[in-house]
Amino acid sequence: MDKPTLYLLIALFPLFGAIVAGLFGRVIGRAGAHWVTILGVAASCAGSFYVLFDLLNGGEAYNGNVYTWLTVDGLDVAVGFLVDKLTAMMMVVVTFVSLMVHIYTIGYMEEDPGYQRFFSYISLFTFSMLMLVMSNNFIQLFFGWEAVGLVSYLLIGFWFKRPTSIFANLKAFLVNRVGDFGFLLGIGLVLSHFGSFYYADVFANAPALKDATISLLPGTQWSLLTVTCILLFIGAMGKSAQFPLHVWLPDSMEGPTPISALIHAATMVTAGIFMVSRMSPLFELSDTALNFILVIGSITALFMGFLGIIQNDIKRVVAYSTLSQLGYMTVALGASAYSVAVFHLMTHAFFKALLFLAAGAVIMAMHHDQDIRRMGGLKKYMPAIYWTSLLGSLALIGTPFFSGFYSKDSIILAVEASKLPAAGFAYFAVLAGVFVTAFYSFRMFFLVFHGKERFGQADEHHGHDDEHGDDHQHGLAPGEKPHSPGLVVTGPLMLLAIPSVLIGAFAIGPMLAGDFFKDVLFVNLQAHPAMEAVIHHAHNAVAMGLHAFVTLPFWLALSGVALSAYFYLKRPDIPAAIKTRVQPIYTLLENKYYMDHLYIQGFAAFGRGLGKVLWKVGDTVIIDGIVVNGTAKLVGAVAGLVRRVQTGYIYHYAFAMIIGALLLLTWWLGRFVIPH
Amino acid sequence: MSEHLLSLAIWVPIVAGLFVLVTGGDQNAGWARKIALVGALLGFLVTIPLYTRFAPMHGGMQFEEMRPWIETFNINYHLGVDGLSMFFVILNAFTTLLVVIAGWEVIQNRVAQYMAAFLIMSGLINGAFAALDAMLFYVFFEAMLIPLYLIVGVWGGQNRVYAAIKLFLYTLMGSLLLLVAFIYLYFQTDRSFEIADFQRVALPLAVQGYLMIAFFFAFAVKVPMFPVHTWLPDAHVEAPTGGSMVLAAITLKLGAYGFLRFALPIAPDAAREWGWIIVVLSLIAIVYIGLVALVQTDMKKLVAYSSISHMGFVTLGFYMLVDGAPTTYGVEGALVQMISHGFVSAGMFFCIGVMYDRVHSRKIADYGGVANTMPKFAAFALLFAMANSGLPATSGFVGEFMVIIGAVKVNFWYAFLAATTLVFGASYTLWMYKRVIFGDVANENVAALKDVNAREFAVLAVLAVAVLGMGLYPQAFTEKMHASVDTLITHVKTSKLP
Repeated sequence: MDKPTLYLLIALFPLFGAIVAGLFGRVIGRAGAHWVTILGVAASCAGSFYVLFDLLNGGEAYNGNVYTWLTVDGLDVAVGFLVDKLTAMMMVVVTFVSLMVHIYTIGYMEEDPGYQRFFSYISLFTFSMLMLVMSNNFIQLFFGWEAVGLVSYLLIGFWFKRPTSIFANLKAFLVNRVGDFGFLLGIGLVLSHFGSFYYADVFANAPALKDATISLLPGTQWSLLTVTCILLFIGAMGKSAQFPLHVWLPDSMEGPTPISALIHAATMVTAGIFMVSRMSPLFELSDTALNFILVIGSITALFMGFLGIIQNDIKRVVAYSTLSQLGYMTVALGASAYSVAVFHLMTHAFFKALLFLAAGAVIMAMHHDQDIRRMGGLKKYMPAIYWTSLLGSLALIGTPFFSGFYSKDSIILAVEASKLPAAGFAYFAVLAGVFVTAFYSFRMFFLVFHGKERFGQADEHHGHDDEHGDDHQHGLAPGEKPHSPGLVVTGPLMLLAIPSVLIGAFAIGPMLAGDFFKDVLFVNLQAHPAMEAVIHHAHNAVAMGLHAFVTLPFWLALSGVALSAYFYLKRPDIPAAIKTRVQPIYTLLENKYYMDHLYIQGFAAFGRGLGKVLWKVGDTVIIDGIVVNGTAKLVGAVAGLVRRVQTGYIYHYAFAMIIGALLLLTWWLGRFVIPH
Repeated sequence: MSEHLLSLAIWVPIVAGLFVLVTGGDQNAGWARKIALVGALLGFLVTIPLYTRFAPMHGGMQFEEMRPWIETFNINYHLGVDGLSMFFVILNAFTTLLVVIAGWEVIQNRVAQYMAAFLIMSGLINGAFAALDAMLFYVFFEAMLIPLYLIVGVWGGQNRVYAAIKLFLYTLMGSLLLLVAFIYLYFQTDRSFEIADFQRVALPLAVQGYLMIAFFFAFAVKVPMFPVHTWLPDAHVEAPTGGSMVLAAITLKLGAYGFLRFALPIAPDAAREWGWIIVVLSLIAIVYIGLVALVQTDMKKLVAYSSISHMGFVTLGFYMLVDGAPTTYGVEGALVQMISHGFVSAGMFFCIGVMYDRVHSRKIADYGGVANTMPKFAAFALLFAMANSGLPATSGFVGEFMVIIGAVKVNFWYAFLAATTLVFGASYTLWMYKRVIFGDVANENVAALKDVNAREFAVLAVLAVAVLGMGLYPQAFTEKMHASVDTLITHVKTSKLP
């Protein structure tokens, strides 16, 4: 089989599964739906592994087209594939996590009437995400970009009867559209100045345009590359939920948990990180854009972490953690450590998918009560979930030798070594973030798995879920005990735990210090030397792990864990006391820095208000009222006047005739007779 | 046969319409429907060779027919299509077929007259797209208003007479100016009504300016452009489903086609001088109308405003000039947008019609949770909503994308304002979708809804295939346009000043 056929099959298998499960779900039944989609994704996953191993064993990267989508102005826009090691790694991550989520879903969605529809959507997502990462041009990238957005929209709103779900999915789509607005303009600038949609051509032309400028406002000159890169990055800010376009991600937790793991943690939200890495030859040419990225990433990494501390909904804690980790990846991009960003993307995909799926298992056991204040002591009932969660949490907080350690420490090293002006703030943010991450991760871990059993009071509480007008029956009845889930749920967790622990130590050498990303990611080491510091450590994974015990991040993480243990296991009165002491800060955090207020009561309300004014005043009063009806009235008025002239007296008409004849005669004479 | 294809495209539906009329009163409604279906199907089939036999490398007119008509005034029955007009003849025949099926059971009053009006209108519109003689064009362009006026005025809603009169008055003013312009050009070209001669004749800038104004009033109303757009929401609201489908899918395109066939090539220097006004009006249409659409409470009005906003891309694409000529991106993008809008808006209006037939309300507030009772319908509606929001892989993306990308080359801020549709378009479309389709069952009417029947499914499926097909392989459309668009751009680039 030749390469393009293989790539096409890898992408199309999940699409086939999605179409069959979506259109013929009733015919093939539940088992049919999960078999067809799982087999499709499994085939795709096997193919992806084959592609990766082929490349690792010296296979050539592929860049070619499948069919011409559109020819315009002599320029071809094609559907085509660029498969190099970056793509292959993404393909493996996407299809592997997707496969785990597919299997897990059999257990999670067991009782849901929309079973087939759900499988259809997640397979469709896998197809879209593959098209995104495998693209060799900007247009297909944009197709994949929007297609994953569509599936995300469908899945957040999967339970379309819930008002909160359909609010969240609309919000997610629209906030992403704001990002896409920038992204599309960026693509437009790429085309109009680089003359091609293909990555290879654009990157080849980029150095020549390093000093090119465009005039955005009369009399001012802007660096073309800076403007282009920032616009492209705005797209990434939407998709990868960077401040201030992050607001949709926490709300996206309204979707079923498997997709929170797959889409809103492991894969889709990292599309922005992937995109910027792919475009590294462009971003390397603009320090302004890199500084901008550093600032945005740092704000996201630290301030979203703070919000994780006060959340009580188990999924929202993980969601804010995801935001914060995406901020870390973005910071790495800003420091020109693209390979580190992608490396963290990969490790994060495994341990965050694990944490989300574990959270889902807990939610199932709690009968869809998601409030961690009503959990506790679950270790006893679900040991498999407990141990896998522990591994995932340790990886997340960067415990030495765990995968998350290698990627997160590399980010910190890179930022420390970065020479950009914004790197100082970023370094502070990522260091402080380590403590915050450890604190909120283990706060949740202790509240869920340790301590007193606080569940089984379903009748008493009327918390979170009831406020949202939910129609599901939540929580365990008094005396009811949680059940440990079956193998379809624990199996994927265990399979995800393996890379969560090990992949970092194995991959850091080749990915950061070696030449895994040679010829793929481009870094101008003279201008941006951050990677040198990382390479120095990344050579020896064991030494790096041992060295960590004498570095600041390790002690920050440890103190975070220790403090949360003290607060939530020994002295739960202390956090309560702190909460009342710093009420204004707590209120600020509880309201998520009032960003939602700004968007919903600010921008959205303004847009609707403006629309109403334009409609009622512009269309109804001015155009229809004054111009259209005014004209009609004018005609009416003139007709009324003219009607008066029609008196019916013959002498009036005769008089008018004579006057008219005289005037005509005068004109006639004046025109033709007099000049002669 | 090949040399009479265009005549067939015009006269087959008209003759079929006359046959339908012969069946008379509603006691023969069954016959009327069947004859109409056969007529519409034949009318569609005869247009297909226009695509398959079209020579894509040839930028001039194809399938030409020429016969003297009124020899005293040198008016000819001269027909022909190029890459600019060919698709609209097919799209029109296609839409007519769908409209006949859409009205099958829904229309119970004066069935024969209803079907006949659509068939005759279809033939007349084909005539307007195919006419190469200005007088012939004028006759078809005006004559098609009569059935349209009747469709709104007879089968419309409560306020149908107001809407019909508004439609008539709006279009009348422009038509008279158009006639004056044609007669003026007739004398300038030494007594020829050939459009090609109009395009060749040298004209001073001031004259081109007056002509541009005349063309603007004739065609901008039809498009419709801001600020002469207010008739469209009223007409849509009152029109029956089929009327809205044709109005949105075809009639608006006739206005845009007028710009392309007359205003741009006849007054190219005026376009260079005053084209920016049209650009500004187009951008206002995109932004202003996008915001107005957001606050509509009536589904049909919302989609009508959305049409105006989408048509803004068409006029923007025509009049954003680089080096004094339209760009390939702009013109082809606009043409693609016109065709795509034909599919998408027809789909949207049909969806609203499906709900209206069951609940008899167009108010968003009267719905909610339709997905619970009509899941198949909800899936189709989602596809059209996404296409209306310009999602890639649907036809709605291609045209907007081409125009926006082209606009970046012309002026970054044109592109900036045009690209706001990514946010506004998605906002008004998906917010409506959320309130109508998603949610829990809102009331008894929604609870009693039955999912689409086979006939409705067929219409929706055909349109869905068209929307996806054009989104996945727009090349099938654009490859037939290139040569004609190049010809047009080369022509406009050359000054016509004496």
